[in-house]
Amino acid sequence: MKRPLRVYAILYLAFLYAPIALLPVFAFNDGTVIAFPLRGFTWGWFEQLTEIPALHAAVLNSLKIAVSTAILATCLGVLAARAATRFAFPGKKGVMGLIMLPLVLPEIIVAVSLLVVLLQLGLSLGAWTVILGHVLIATPFSIAILNSAFQGLDLSLEEAAVDLGETRLSSFRLVTLPLVMPGIISSLLIAFTISLDEFIIAFFLTGTEPTLPVYLWGQLRFPQRLPVIMALGTLLVLASVLLLAIAEYARRRGAARTGQKDAGGFL
Amino acid sequence: MKDTRATARPIITLEAVEKYYGDYHALRGISAEIRQGEFFSLLGPSGCGKTTLLRTIAGFEDLSAGRLFIDGQDMAGVPANKRPTNMVFQSYAIFPHLSVAENVGFGLRRTRLSKTDKAARVEAALAMVGLSGYGGRAAHALSGGQRQRVALARALILEPTVLLLDEPLSALDKKMRDQMQGELRRLQRQVGITFILVTHDQEEALIMSDRIAVMFEGQIAQLDTPQMLYRRPVSRKVGEFIGVMNFLPARATVADETHIEVEAAGLGRAVIGPDQLPGGWHPGQTQSVGIRPETMSILYPGETTDRRVATGVVEDLSYYGDMTYYEVRLDGVERPMTISMKNLVGRPVLERGTEARVAWDARSLVLFA
Repeated sequence: MKRPLRVYAILYLAFLYAPIALLPVFAFNDGTVIAFPLRGFTWGWFEQLTEIPALHAAVLNSLKIAVSTAILATCLGVLAARAATRFAFPGKKGVMGLIMLPLVLPEIIVAVSLLVVLLQLGLSLGAWTVILGHVLIATPFSIAILNSAFQGLDLSLEEAAVDLGETRLSSFRLVTLPLVMPGIISSLLIAFTISLDEFIIAFFLTGTEPTLPVYLWGQLRFPQRLPVIMALGTLLVLASVLLLAIAEYARRRGAARTGQKDAGGFL
Repeated sequence: MKDTRATARPIITLEAVEKYYGDYHALRGISAEIRQGEFFSLLGPSGCGKTTLLRTIAGFEDLSAGRLFIDGQDMAGVPANKRPTNMVFQSYAIFPHLSVAENVGFGLRRTRLSKTDKAARVEAALAMVGLSGYGGRAAHALSGGQRQRVALARALILEPTVLLLDEPLSALDKKMRDQMQGELRRLQRQVGITFILVTHDQEEALIMSDRIAVMFEGQIAQLDTPQMLYRRPVSRKVGEFIGVMNFLPARATVADETHIEVEAAGLGRAVIGPDQLPGGWHPGQTQSVGIRPETMSILYPGETTDRRVATGVVEDLSYYGDMTYYEVRLDGVERPMTISMKNLVGRPVLERGTEARVAWDARSLVLFA
């Protein structure tokens, strides 16, 4: 009984990650054709990455959008998570459900409806419209992370600080903020990663300046550039995994510090 | 009784305090005076409004109506951080990201003391609660009892006019709780600050308090010294809540201002004084008498007494080691009553079914409407 389950688990993981594992394989392969057998080892594709100005513009654009998204989504997440864990108000479940809905909405629907609304309003597309779309899809993740950070907090902590002479605001700053900081860091990193990797919304809402995934997609038309994209993809995967790992580390450390039970998370 | 603080000035005055949460009427016309330097308890079952009242005094809840004075000052519009009160929370609310010393010194952040003065104050506060040298420890690594002491030191460091304690002992185990009860009492005498304790544990309230306000459903049912509360409860409800009390159907037969005759089922006729109607003058409406288990005793064969004697049968008993609680059904009464007896030398524990003579005194009776 145990052996078939183990085989199943291995096949499952292989199905998930084998395509991604091929990225670095061909990124270092000294040949323009993406096919076995491999030709030999080279750093050449990575070197070429440094020589494409359009790519650099796309990276910069993506970073700008990702940082803005991370900050905005996390701010919204802090407000929502604090409200959800601290107060009871009519329609709370409905409101929280609606906020979390973008998690399961098809991104293409979100992207198309946003595009229609923006065009109807006569607004021009640009980085800020992509940020808008990304905040929409990243905020539920931020709330989910921050909810777990706020949930473990004793409500008396802020009151104790107020009781000892601090104002509501300084109590939040001195007590709550340090305690949920790991959650905030985790939320920032995850929102950043989501925005950096996101394609569909960026594709619809970006104006003349493409984000990195959109730029990548554009390059797929030129087969000879495929290895360069493989190299870039390798770097992106590495960066994403690294960021998520840091985010999860921050979340767990925070949970341990406030003495709460580890209640899930994304990793 | 002998309350040395009876003449002390009021430090907290509550005038017809009301609190609503939407439609829920949490506090219903609370009026009371709490005196300078006393250990005052708010006692009642959960949901009686005792914690709400404490939080009202702390400034965490607004009054819906009525007035609250602390040290002669009207607290209307004064936020919690400007009130001369400090609180020990039920969960202790120790800041987990700070050290013990940083926790205790938290209230000094807004004072103009120098760093060395602050450190000295923190160390003195820690010494006061028996935690000298614990300042450098991480707060989240403390035991329950230590957290409680840190919470106490943190609340006392600002030398508040009133210290508010919200069920501070409920999270501790029995041994620790007994020990902390004594320590809290000593600490209160030592610092001379008014303590207001919220508790649902009647024993704890009796042990620690100078005066107790017993609350039911948002109202103070009785505000009195522990001895008066125990001996002269104003209603059956208070009598039942504090300790064990037996109730027998009764009616008053003759009554004038100084002399009341009652006829109690199982006990017979007795003459009592007006102080035995603590709930007010109500001989006409008298329904029952209350009597405490330890004010009665079962007479052993051959034992004589000049007290009143009733007869009955031992129906059941609980043996506690030092005490035995007998359930005795008096002749002519439906329900058995509890009688507690010390297990002294020469006093064997009686068996079920034993016919018993019960000695009692008219002075121990309390009449209820």
